[in-house]
Amino acid sequence: MDNKIAYLLRQGDNALILSQRLSELCGKGPALEEDMALTNVALDLLGQTRMWYSYAAELEGADRDEDKLAYHRDAHDFKNCLLVEQKNGNYADTMMRQFYFDTWHYFFIGALTKCGDERIREIAEKSLKEVTYHLRRSGDLIVRLGDGTEVSHAKTQAAADELWMYTGEFFKYDAVDEAMVAAGVAPAAEPLRAQWLAHVSDIFGEATLTMPSPDAWMQKGGKQGVHSEHLGYLLAEMQFLQRAYPGSEW
Amino acid sequence: MSKEWPLWEVFIRSQHGLAHKHVGSLHASDAGMAVNNARDVYTRRNEGVSIWVVRATDIVASSPGDKDALFEPSNSKVYRHPTFFPMPEEVKNL
Repeated sequence: MDNKIAYLLRQGDNALILSQRLSELCGKGPALEEDMALTNVALDLLGQTRMWYSYAAELEGADRDEDKLAYHRDAHDFKNCLLVEQKNGNYADTMMRQFYFDTWHYFFIGALTKCGDERIREIAEKSLKEVTYHLRRSGDLIVRLGDGTEVSHAKTQAAADELWMYTGEFFKYDAVDEAMVAAGVAPAAEPLRAQWLAHVSDIFGEATLTMPSPDAWMQKGGKQGVHSEHLGYLLAEMQFLQRAYPGSEW
Repeated sequence: MSKEWPLWEVFIRSQHGLAHKHVGSLHASDAGMAVNNARDVYTRRNEGVSIWVVRATDIVASSPGDKDALFEPSNSKVYRHPTFFPMPEEVKNL
């Protein structure tokens, strides 16, 4: 597969899988305000998914539109990072996953607004406004949860430690990523990682949380289609209708 | 201590030049969170360009029992309404 198409699909997969995870909480948020905020983020990500998939489908020129890409691919075809498929867990888990992702997403999308591909630049510019708010919100909640009660601090620290090993993958570039760096599209991994670490460190300081070691062992495989057990269940639920009744519309 | 977050009243200005209008209320633990929550609950359909939040307990209201004394006297004073001036069509929202 063409590197650029593969790269676009990865971005779409990240946004789609996280969006699906967040929409699982629709109607179940801890407060009405949080519920709506999570759903708003899920919808933003779904909109971004459509932009990535449409562009990929257009370049591919095959018989796959954005719906086919979302509903008719199996787990190993999805190249999202492992972080986004992790389960919602408790609210600290949900928000920590979001904060780790948003921090990467913000710097990543910000870099793409200056990249050499016009269409990607347009997608990034549209997404950046949404992503800026996502990060502002999840960072704010991490500070509140971390610097909150004893219980909320303990749960938030546990979530930070537990999910940490899924954060290395953003910066672990493979051949596709490197090809896109060379093509002047993707930002280089190291400066991006430095920005990510600096922001996480700032927010953790404010939240009185201890940041795990940047040199810790990191999980990988999502970008290559090797996923944790959770993705299959997520897809089974998300894809059921289109698998059972292909092409059905409403 | 109450476990419930305090109540905030939300005011949204729909476009520049208009006044903020009360749109509803929400719960939040402090002002910053109230603004964020107001954005998420009350501006989903592109309703606003500005948000005010006020703690519900900080609003001082007139008492319903004072209704007659406060408002009845102005009822019969039609000359206080400036309805005798023709308004140009272009002037909206006045």
